[in-house]
Amino acid sequence: MTFIGKDLKVVGTRPIRPDGVDKVTGRANFGADMTVPGMIWGKIKRSPHAHARILRIDAEKALRLPGVKAVVTAADFPNIAAEEAFAGEAIMDFRDLSRNCMARDKALYDGHAVAAVAASTPAIAEAALELIDVEYEVLPFVIDVEKAMAADAPLLHGELFTQGIEPKPTAPSNIAKRINFTKGDIEKGFREADVVIERRYTTRPVHQGYIEPHACVATVAADGQCSIWSSSQGHFMVRQYCAHLLGIDIANIRAAAAEIGGGFGGKTLIYVEPVALALAKKSGHSVKIVMTREEVFRGTGPAAGSVIEVKLGAKKDGRLTAAEVTLKYQAGAFPGSPVGPGCMCALAMYDVPNANVTGYDVVCNRPKVAAYRAPGAPNASWGVESCLDELALALGLDPLSLREKNAAKDGVKAVHGPTWQNIGYAETLAAAKAHPHWRAPLGAGQGRGIASGFWFNIGGESTASVHVNEDGTVVVATGSPDIGGSRVSMAMMVAEVLGVAVERVRPIVADTSSIGYTFLTGGSRVTFATGMAATEAASRVVDELKKRAAVIWEISPEAVEWRDGMAYPAGQNAGAFEPLPLAEIAFRSARTGGPISAEAAINAQGPGAGFGTHICDVEVDKETGAVKILRYTAIQDVGRAIHPAYVEGQLQGGVTQGVGWALNEEYIYDKDGRLENPGFLDYRIPVASDLPMIDAVLVEVPNPRHPFGVRGVGEVPIIPPTAAVANAIYRAAGVRLRDLPMSPPKVLAAIDEEKG
Amino acid sequence: MSKIHVSTVINDDPVEYLCEPQQSLLDVLRDELNLTGSKEGCGSGDCGACTVIVDGRIVCSCLMLGAEAEGRKITTVEGIATGDKLHPVQQKFLEHAALQCGFCTPGFIVAAKALLDENPNPSEEEARYWLAGNLCRCTGYDKIVRAVLDAAEVMRAEAAE
Repeated sequence: MTFIGKDLKVVGTRPIRPDGVDKVTGRANFGADMTVPGMIWGKIKRSPHAHARILRIDAEKALRLPGVKAVVTAADFPNIAAEEAFAGEAIMDFRDLSRNCMARDKALYDGHAVAAVAASTPAIAEAALELIDVEYEVLPFVIDVEKAMAADAPLLHGELFTQGIEPKPTAPSNIAKRINFTKGDIEKGFREADVVIERRYTTRPVHQGYIEPHACVATVAADGQCSIWSSSQGHFMVRQYCAHLLGIDIANIRAAAAEIGGGFGGKTLIYVEPVALALAKKSGHSVKIVMTREEVFRGTGPAAGSVIEVKLGAKKDGRLTAAEVTLKYQAGAFPGSPVGPGCMCALAMYDVPNANVTGYDVVCNRPKVAAYRAPGAPNASWGVESCLDELALALGLDPLSLREKNAAKDGVKAVHGPTWQNIGYAETLAAAKAHPHWRAPLGAGQGRGIASGFWFNIGGESTASVHVNEDGTVVVATGSPDIGGSRVSMAMMVAEVLGVAVERVRPIVADTSSIGYTFLTGGSRVTFATGMAATEAASRVVDELKKRAAVIWEISPEAVEWRDGMAYPAGQNAGAFEPLPLAEIAFRSARTGGPISAEAAINAQGPGAGFGTHICDVEVDKETGAVKILRYTAIQDVGRAIHPAYVEGQLQGGVTQGVGWALNEEYIYDKDGRLENPGFLDYRIPVASDLPMIDAVLVEVPNPRHPFGVRGVGEVPIIPPTAAVANAIYRAAGVRLRDLPMSPPKVLAAIDEEKG
Repeated sequence: MSKIHVSTVINDDPVEYLCEPQQSLLDVLRDELNLTGSKEGCGSGDCGACTVIVDGRIVCSCLMLGAEAEGRKITTVEGIATGDKLHPVQQKFLEHAALQCGFCTPGFIVAAKALLDENPNPSEEEARYWLAGNLCRCTGYDKIVRAVLDAAEVMRAEAAE
């Protein structure tokens, strides 16, 4: 079944999203908006130390405070064994996750949860936190990635031995893993090069910065049945992880998806949910936990800070002969930085005959990193896309032409393994070249940069069910939390298949007890994978509708056709009948076989790689070092845009996060390893006055593995901006910035140094 | 510590409540009055998700005490539409897809309404600077700014009729 190349009525239009009115009137219920009878409030006590042994926790005074109902520490959670879990786009260990939610034996970063309290009001819970007495033995700490790799670095985990090196190490290390892959003969490749450029680029940790802090309400009944309402990127993920961490049968947890106020990967794991469940169990009350913004910054996963070393060799005509990349990523307190995807993305866009890519996953005394939009790729591409620009300058070539010359195309075997099929990278470069922005004149002190990005996208398990109501309206239920408008896309795909108006289809996000398993919202998978399930369920409904028409007409189902929301006799031989609209078949369903509905539970394959190319113009204020974004064009192969406005929105939003990463955002630690800027005043994300309009150009190279040609779109757009901005700054001000963020003091220092 | 009695007007309705002296207006709205449309993104006046209009001026309700609402006139996101008729800013947010997750949206709707009450014909730059106190992490602001400027045009046309 494919709709690629067909004349479509709903897909590609811009209807108003069905959950929109609730969101513009304040009625939508997010994580913190839920209240249940008898509910009390939980608060989490956090370590003030970057690294400390927990010697003793005394909650007696807190428990004596009137209104306090329960205190929990690691002693209230099972001490679970190591077990690997696939967490969206990264590997994660349940033991680590448990210890991240509640420190056991050691606090590993400033902000690590060490105890929690539940009380009748937030004020009492807050006061009780102060009465919990924790005795620490403060230990030496390490935050910087290369310092953490040093032989004499303070060790976070005595039992951590570096994987991926031979012979097996005999001493523990902060390096959790070394990854390496090669292609061709790297030394030969550099020997053949006319020009070799070798550079080092660095980044600081940045936070996803979703505006909604983590929040949940948990209930544990006396018979052990639990319910969780929380803001997450996967309520099935919440159910599975909580069951694992607390030793509860999955069937005894019902998890519901609150409206989610942004996640960007940061809500693909749990923080407050198991704590609320433990407090609820101990107190006998439903417990609500809402993080403060400071807790979000100190206690939840930022993206890895990193060091990226890049060496590129090329012939005079720009053809790449060799590439060597080394990536060192901070994992935070537990192994699991996205250095693996970083290594795979680093050179994925280019047809390089000889390559060597090495990655290091390094623990340090910072919050455990969480996925952040194309996890690992922005760091790697910051290095490679900047270095390509430096190579273009050294060769005297146009940076766009250099990319065209080396762009991966169908049939090229990527450095990380796969042979490309049906990819649209070259199409994005062609669109960039043809765009008026690429040739627009620039003023004095202005510069233009270009950079590209690649992300795999994922498929995976999804369930969708489609029900035809008695009046011919339709409900589509899925298990995917809607983070950016995916419900409207589900309704549109179902409406297209059924041939009805999109307003006749109501999409909902069903709880974990009401729909089959669905993997979390991440990896740009929902419109692709859950959309595929919804399309499949709708197709089965069409089959059923044809059968019902056949019953009514007393002909064979094969003699019925479905078009424009109606059953037609397939030809003259089928008989002469007036077409039967969906509503009429629905109305008569009791007499033709009962309710009409279908479910599709799939493991979607073939997500379709995503490529994008961005053009950015900047102006640099040479007096202050401030960089102003003057114009921005983001071009991306999106496969097929179901709802183009929300696809454009993904591009525009990703660009803006990338610009924040480029110019302002960074975690700043003091000499004791405490985070100094855990708030939006000092951790500055872009605001409306920082940006121009962002031109989103949708290139559509259909993904043949999806019925409508969809590729994931959400992650690619955060990858190119850092290098696009740096490349533009170089052309505007003649200085090459290689350390993010390119904040005014750094730009100014570079300008002053250049002046001499 | 005894609670403070407050009489105020919220969304044109007279309202009385008791609040603790340290309770913010945002906490009163959300936890005492069940007006959960105003959101807490930061609690420090940096994100604007809790924006309300107090006597014609936009205020971060997390920075104002519940007790300070005595005798004031307050509009929250729940009071922007008229019955079942959306305000043009709300309608244009929907038409332009100016929201993704929707968490910052209430604050933007309130701030944009206040902008257009004060300046019916803002330039793009004026709109961007007025809205610079509201953080959105999803949209890149492009569609938000377009929605506000489009709403301004609709409102000017309505006013001219």
